[in-house]
Amino acid sequence: MTGMTYEEKVGNTVICRCEEVTLSEIRDWIGRGYDTVTELKHVMRVCMGPCQGRGCRDIIMREISQAAGIPLDRVEAGAVRPPVKPVKTRLLASGDD
Amino acid sequence: MRLARLRARVMREIETDIIVVGGGPAGLCAASEAASAGAGVTVVESDLHLGGQLVKQTHKFFGSREEFSGIRGYRIADLLLGEIKERGSLVETLTNTTVTGYYPEDRTFTAMEGEESFFRIRARGAVVATGAQERLIPFPNNDLPGVYGAGAVQTLMNVYGVTPGRDVLMIGAGNIGLIVSYQLMQAGVRVVSVVEASSRIGGYWVHAAKIRRLGVPILLGHSIKEALGRDVVEGAVIMELDEKFAPTGAEFRVDCDVICLAVGLTPTNEILSQAGCRMRYVPQLCGFVAERDRTMRTSNPAFWSAGDATGIEEASAAMVEGRIAGLCAARSLGFPARMEKFDEYWARLDRLRGGEVGGRIRAGISAVTMEQVHDAL
Repeated sequence: MTGMTYEEKVGNTVICRCEEVTLSEIRDWIGRGYDTVTELKHVMRVCMGPCQGRGCRDIIMREISQAAGIPLDRVEAGAVRPPVKPVKTRLLASGDD
Repeated sequence: MRLARLRARVMREIETDIIVVGGGPAGLCAASEAASAGAGVTVVESDLHLGGQLVKQTHKFFGSREEFSGIRGYRIADLLLGEIKERGSLVETLTNTTVTGYYPEDRTFTAMEGEESFFRIRARGAVVATGAQERLIPFPNNDLPGVYGAGAVQTLMNVYGVTPGRDVLMIGAGNIGLIVSYQLMQAGVRVVSVVEASSRIGGYWVHAAKIRRLGVPILLGHSIKEALGRDVVEGAVIMELDEKFAPTGAEFRVDCDVICLAVGLTPTNEILSQAGCRMRYVPQLCGFVAERDRTMRTSNPAFWSAGDATGIEEASAAMVEGRIAGLCAARSLGFPARMEKFDEYWARLDRLRGGEVGGRIRAGISAVTMEQVHDAL
């Protein structure tokens, strides 16, 4: 990150580590009107990797709240579907150990 | 041959009266309480051992004797495990096993032991005591090796006996930041500084005083601007903030090989969401929590919740909430629970949440407490 301005470095910060999505990408999409976690999931796959949003949902909701002027408790947080952590397809297919 | 193979493909299923999701302080207390009324309980814990965060807490608890004052956290875990053992075969515990989901249409949980065994659990009632997860904050280079959550540092040191590095910059002066700073120093690690964005120390004075006496500066109104280093953390830039958390422009560099984030916890709530429990974002409780009545029952009548999953608080409160949830879940399933304990437990919770410090928690809890809506299942 040498040679970048501080603002550029902030934008380059990886927020969703599972899907490698940066802060500036998230801010871009929020700027285009995608101001719910569900919409951002659909366009960027944030909250859809191995950690299912444990690392990034909170930060993304704060970004939405700030950028769109929505109080944090009103920001749509997206559905949390099973499984909460990766399960090998083989296990699901075979049904047992 | 073909038939035999087909039969082997039917997924294993466990049946129990009450599933307790999470074997930390709240879950263990819920399990013990429900079993003492005669309910069969299955505790499912994702970690390798039961006890949750208690197993890494080397500090002594405060408060009254019934809240284990003067006893170190990991010893409290031993006491709870002893209590569970006394319940005999009524409590089954599964460790290294994660509840991966709840499917309301089948009223079935799925669980995975390690990464190689997958099965179902059916229960008449559930106590969700899944605890909390650490918050992270974004700053440039926060993915460099050497940036840790405080919980991870505590696990490394107090569970595995490994120090994370030599010179630690601690971000956050809440109780976790203060306690982990002290434990780092006990392990011979230097704490360069504790920085805290707000203008006051969030944790107890006794914890702050311990590290101040050892000469560690606590910088209020400061935060991390960026981590420095090419392949690993070599330092950090600290910036000064005004009372509105905006940078004043003043900044300086510190040398360190570890940056430890103790910037708060947020409730772990996936299973409650999947069960369709009505959830609400409550700032004082640090995230999304389920609405509940005074029996800790949620809007899904088969689900109770307790501990940090219902709002970030201390382990003492988590244990009492667990007892209330376990007691009331057993009673609702028709077991002869000794309900005279209910008022006693609430009196203890009220004492724990008394005073100025508890004001925030009380406000948060009153925002998600609903009138008692259910009776027996």
